[in-house]
Amino acid sequence: MMTTTQIERQTTARRPQTVKVGDGRMAALLLSPTFLVLALVVAYPLLSAFRQSLYRSQSGLDDDGFVVTGDVFVGLGNYVNIFTGTEAGRFYNALWNTTFFTFTTVGLEVIIGVAFAVAMNRAFRGRALLRASILIPWAIPTAVSGLLWRWIFQADGVVNSITGVEVLWTAEGFAAQAAVIVAEVWKTAPFIGLLVLAGMQIIPGEIYEAAKLDGANAWRQFIGITLPLVRPALLVAVLFRMLDALRMFDLPFVLIGPRKSSVETLSILAWDESNQLNYGTASAFSIILLIYVAVIAYAFIKILGADIVEAKARRATPKKKATR
Amino acid sequence: MTDTLQRPRFSERMLPPDPVRKPRKRGWGAASLVLAITAISVYCLAPFFWMLVSSFRRTSDIFETTILPTTWSIESYRQALDGSSMFGRAMLNSLLVAGTTTVLALVFAIFASYTLARLNFRFKSAVLAIIIATSMFPGISVVVPLLQFFSDIGWINTYQSMIVPNLSFALPLAIWILTTFMRQIPVDLEQAAMIDGCTKWQAFRLVLLPLAAPGVFTTAILTFIQSWNEFIIALSMVNDPAVQTATVAVSKFTGATDFQSPYGVQMAAGVLVTIPLIIVVLLFQRRIVEGLTAGGTK
Repeated sequence: MMTTTQIERQTTARRPQTVKVGDGRMAALLLSPTFLVLALVVAYPLLSAFRQSLYRSQSGLDDDGFVVTGDVFVGLGNYVNIFTGTEAGRFYNALWNTTFFTFTTVGLEVIIGVAFAVAMNRAFRGRALLRASILIPWAIPTAVSGLLWRWIFQADGVVNSITGVEVLWTAEGFAAQAAVIVAEVWKTAPFIGLLVLAGMQIIPGEIYEAAKLDGANAWRQFIGITLPLVRPALLVAVLFRMLDALRMFDLPFVLIGPRKSSVETLSILAWDESNQLNYGTASAFSIILLIYVAVIAYAFIKILGADIVEAKARRATPKKKATR
Repeated sequence: MTDTLQRPRFSERMLPPDPVRKPRKRGWGAASLVLAITAISVYCLAPFFWMLVSSFRRTSDIFETTILPTTWSIESYRQALDGSSMFGRAMLNSLLVAGTTTVLALVFAIFASYTLARLNFRFKSAVLAIIIATSMFPGISVVVPLLQFFSDIGWINTYQSMIVPNLSFALPLAIWILTTFMRQIPVDLEQAAMIDGCTKWQAFRLVLLPLAAPGVFTTAILTFIQSWNEFIIALSMVNDPAVQTATVAVSKFTGATDFQSPYGVQMAAGVLVTIPLIIVVLLFQRRIVEGLTAGGTK
């Protein structure tokens, strides 16, 4: 006994080591294309954006009357200017719009998505039709959906003629915000429904049977069983939707247009600045957005789901069992 | 195993139906279910249906609100595909950009996922975390520096200026889905092949890759749809109509002539951009759902 365990321990101790060395080199080789791309198009631009945000491109006369062109180091000047300068109002407005759109759309999407999932989970006959129709809003390019909703919300368009009101949805103000929210929720709520449905399908039927025997009605079953068990899947969906909504660009851009203060998000603001060659300010905006996204993601994971990645792994294993 | 699965279902069918309560309850539930299914389908399909219908109206009666066009016409499509707008060219550009992105992303992702699913090395979970974290970066954060970088190396108005950034959006998703798929394939099969004298490469090529093919296919569909829909990079890196992609072309559509309202043409162009995706979705809906729920990401 002693000797065999010793031998086993020796071999197990030795084998992983040798495997590890060879595997490490192999792993580095196989991962290098991916990391090359990510370094070139993500890491380098991010560092460069941070550097750029500390400079201001100038062309003008300095104190002695010489023409100065090129980038001037301004330290945190761009950031100070954004938060307290003359254009600060525009930034706070964009920050508010981004936050407002994120929370309203994701909130509505969760309610509608969960309702969809409940209905789909019970449906047996129309399932193929449902799945196909639910995937269509998801598949339509956001730019096209912006165009489509602009047509629907047109002043003499179908929304006004059906509801009998005369609202300029695509101009400015709250109507424009409502139009963006409706279009965004239409496109993404079915997606949440799909993910929640996947979470619901792995809940064993016996749990519901037991609850029924204990006299729980449908609502109690939903609150007591479905929601808690679907929570991991839902949290993952919500996190990714939030990160997506925080960088919202295409939809307000196409549906309403750039430089419209009521729907200008941080992404649009940064894009507009860079379009006017204010690269320093544009970079500062994008760094602020990046930090904002990171803070929200971190807070979300801390407060709601301690282990999103583990929840995913857990979700993957029961599914495998279910399909067998 | 199949036996144990089937037996309860069989015995259930043999049971006499619940006498009193069930039919009534089922009737009410079924009615509300049909209602719910209809509501969901209408919610999802009505806007797209409206785009489709509007695209078949004549320019003169584009503001009609009848359910179907009073006079069917392909006038809008003819205008959209008219040579002057270069929209047909934009569709080909989209196909080229999305196709190349998909192929490259798959090759890179297959290697990366094999590494993450099969090899043992340090920092493995850190590597996966970094790759997934890159998908969280807002596109705009990389647009500004990339714009300058690509201007410096003369990449503005080229296909690679869209393909390379698209890769960085596609790779995290592709790697995550493929890693999940490959982890579900038992490692024993490759080990058996290697005992029979296969090299690691042969075991990968002859055993794992064929088994992972459905996963690769699903990933290909999702990657293609994602890059076909990409907007902000294509909008920023390209201003030459001959190189721009369909999503950008659609957003810039002003019609063949300026004085008329171009809505019909816009709707026709929108339908043309969406149709390839709708076909893919209808053909492969089961796989797409599988991939989306395995990936959990966008």
